[in-house]
Amino acid sequence: MSSDSATAAHGGHHDDHSPSLYSLSRWLFSTNHKDIGTLYLVFALFAGLIGFAFSGLMRAELFETGFQVFEDGQQYNVITTMHGLIMIFFMVMPALIGGFGNWFVPLMIGAPDMAMPRMNNISFWLLPASFALLMLSMFVPAQATGDATGFGGGWVLYPPLSGTVGHGGVAMDLVIFSLHVAGISSILGAINFIVTILNMRAPGMTLHKMPLFAWSVLITAFLLVLALPVLAGALTMLLTDRNFGSKFFVPAGGGDPIMFQHLFWFFGHPEVYIMILPGFGIISQIVSTFSRKPVFGYLAMAYAMVAIGFIGFIVWAHHMYTVGMGVELKAYFVAATMVIAVPTGVKIFSWIATMWGGSIDFTVPMLWAIGFIFLFTVGGVTGVVLANAGVDYSLHDTYYVVAHFHYVLSLGAVFTLFAGWYYWYEKMFGVKYNGMIAGAHFWLTFIGSNVIFFPQHFLGLQGMPRRYVDYTPAFEYWHQWSTYGYYIVAVGTGIFLIGIIESMVRHRKAEANPWGEGATTLEWTLSSPPPFHQYNDLPRIR
Amino acid sequence: MGSKIFKLVGLSAIISSLASAYAAVPVEGGLGFQPPATELAQEVHDFHNLLLWIIGFITLFVTVLLIWVMVRYNRRANPVPKTFSHNTPIEIAWTVIPVLILAVIAFRSFPLLFKQEEIPNVAESEIVDVKTYGRQWYWSYIYGSGDDEIYFDSNMIQDAELQPGQVAKLSVNNPMVVPAGKYIRLSVTASDVIHAWTIPAFAVKVDAVPGRLNQIWFKVDEPGVFYGQCSELCGINHAFMPIEVRVLPQDQYETWLERVSESTAAGNEYLQTVQPLAAQVASAE
Repeated sequence: MSSDSATAAHGGHHDDHSPSLYSLSRWLFSTNHKDIGTLYLVFALFAGLIGFAFSGLMRAELFETGFQVFEDGQQYNVITTMHGLIMIFFMVMPALIGGFGNWFVPLMIGAPDMAMPRMNNISFWLLPASFALLMLSMFVPAQATGDATGFGGGWVLYPPLSGTVGHGGVAMDLVIFSLHVAGISSILGAINFIVTILNMRAPGMTLHKMPLFAWSVLITAFLLVLALPVLAGALTMLLTDRNFGSKFFVPAGGGDPIMFQHLFWFFGHPEVYIMILPGFGIISQIVSTFSRKPVFGYLAMAYAMVAIGFIGFIVWAHHMYTVGMGVELKAYFVAATMVIAVPTGVKIFSWIATMWGGSIDFTVPMLWAIGFIFLFTVGGVTGVVLANAGVDYSLHDTYYVVAHFHYVLSLGAVFTLFAGWYYWYEKMFGVKYNGMIAGAHFWLTFIGSNVIFFPQHFLGLQGMPRRYVDYTPAFEYWHQWSTYGYYIVAVGTGIFLIGIIESMVRHRKAEANPWGEGATTLEWTLSSPPPFHQYNDLPRIR
Repeated sequence: MGSKIFKLVGLSAIISSLASAYAAVPVEGGLGFQPPATELAQEVHDFHNLLLWIIGFITLFVTVLLIWVMVRYNRRANPVPKTFSHNTPIEIAWTVIPVLILAVIAFRSFPLLFKQEEIPNVAESEIVDVKTYGRQWYWSYIYGSGDDEIYFDSNMIQDAELQPGQVAKLSVNNPMVVPAGKYIRLSVTASDVIHAWTIPAFAVKVDAVPGRLNQIWFKVDEPGVFYGQCSELCGINHAFMPIEVRVLPQDQYETWLERVSESTAAGNEYLQTVQPLAAQVASAE
């Protein structure tokens, strides 16, 4: 068994001395999964704050009719585009997969490190390069002529708006390069997770005994490996259309802009599950820990994620009901899309059943987890509404869609992220956070994000289109509510940052297992923070 | 804020007193769809209302379960956790019942979808063909073909030039005009980037894609004024290329068609005479 050889390799030397925190080479050349996980988390925090600031600019602009923050629609479009790309590729994915995945997959499956530590290093360090390209794109020409800068064609990058017709300048080329590099980073990371999980589980840890978080990362990694190459292909075709005279998406040359949409969403829909599946895993761990009860229906939970991942690949065109597809094709996508509600329902009910009969501790991570279950339900049911093409005609590209995907991502994926953050904070950083501060962070975020996004359902039903820098005065009322909600979340985010600083300054000594007998996964058997190299003797799972 | 709420209640009263067919605009503080102007839009609204009941019930159900477990199974109320982790009947139930609910939804969803998609098989005399191009950043409308072709561009009215009765960001200089009671077959395409044509009150939306001709249909029974906005990101002025549709009685439509074939201005002048916007607002107040 490969795990035996791993024992031999690591049993030889007992190097538990971690290098200095202030050593540059520790971070630049890191091959340690925990250090790389920390790098991912710090990076995601940094990028997330930029993305969050961008959404603040948008909310300030939309507070009233007319132009407040931006001079024209282009600037606004650039900021919305960057907000989307940053939050997806540089915040949620690095935090959930790169951050928590790197930190806890090896710890949970009883592995000394990731299977390919050097590849792990390059996976991370490609990301800052990619992010730099994206940021740079905001300051270079949008068009071949004129003063406008940045790419303002939305995160979906639809040609011809992303082609030479819409954005003839170098900004879009930088966006393409940025996403290529981010894609390579994710594919390498995903390969590493798959190899690690399939080969390096501790003796006795069969797949069917593996914690659900490891399951979720395994499934996510498969989705990444299958979906990202399709995006890379579409982006490359776009690149050659723009620069080398190919006509893949140019109608005048026999190409088809809709083809890009099919390719994009073949990646894009699995992408939304890539963002939420690791969160599902985290919620399962947390709900089980604080209910002090094993996960209800463990196998159903694991295979519900497999089912969601599979179905996620065959529903992409529900993003494209208005492009002019055949009605039978639409009918298929309606049916397939609604089917996703079934495994998702299994997960929601199984989490509740895990709590049922339990002895629940309302710790901070548990608050985030319960908040997530509620908000994800709200976001999920509006997804069922949108799945019906007949109704979607009225809601497509309106604020109803904005509300829907922010409920499942901004209030879904992000809530799982904070749940994981507070669940593992002590384990990762070796200090305790202040529960009062963390609780305030939760309540402000919970209330504020509902105030932001719930009224957006009303705006969408009334017909307010997405990606509008300005609007007819009738929409002002709910937009103002939405902006007030943002301010509440902004205060919460400030408190979140204060909480980090407070915990570092006070430096309250962490416990190996602060959560008691409910925390049964392997990471709680180690010290907090864990030794630089763990499992010199591999744990045995009964 | 209080006065604002009064204002919006007042405003919605005004709008509803306009008779739902006469004008469909977004309402300040509005919670639901704009009033439907076509039979199909009514069906969409009915179906959406059914969905709203279903999803409302599901959300309420999950919320009640969450509150129940939090109250009943917290550490104080239940110090010793149970150890079960399986219950086959309930797992089957929460798989099968959602499937049944989805089947109910599908039962309503598919007929509606097919009805929306398929242009009814009626005599050609019942059909009026209109073409539209989405362009950066306005719409062009085309009636007829060959020598009889009528063509005009439809640009948003700037805020400074708004006339009484016109709506900021929604009114245009040359609206699209169609007759009441006829099947309107609209062909939609674009000349530069992708746009999308929509009128919320008709519950239709279709992308205008360069190199591709999309078709939708609608039939408005009562004359009125309807607004929509470009619904696919198309660049710097995406927010400023609205859609205005004027529905006239058949005879007035025919006169408008004659006038507009002389000149766009003549057509517009006639339109303002038979369907003046200022008068509507006056009569509403």
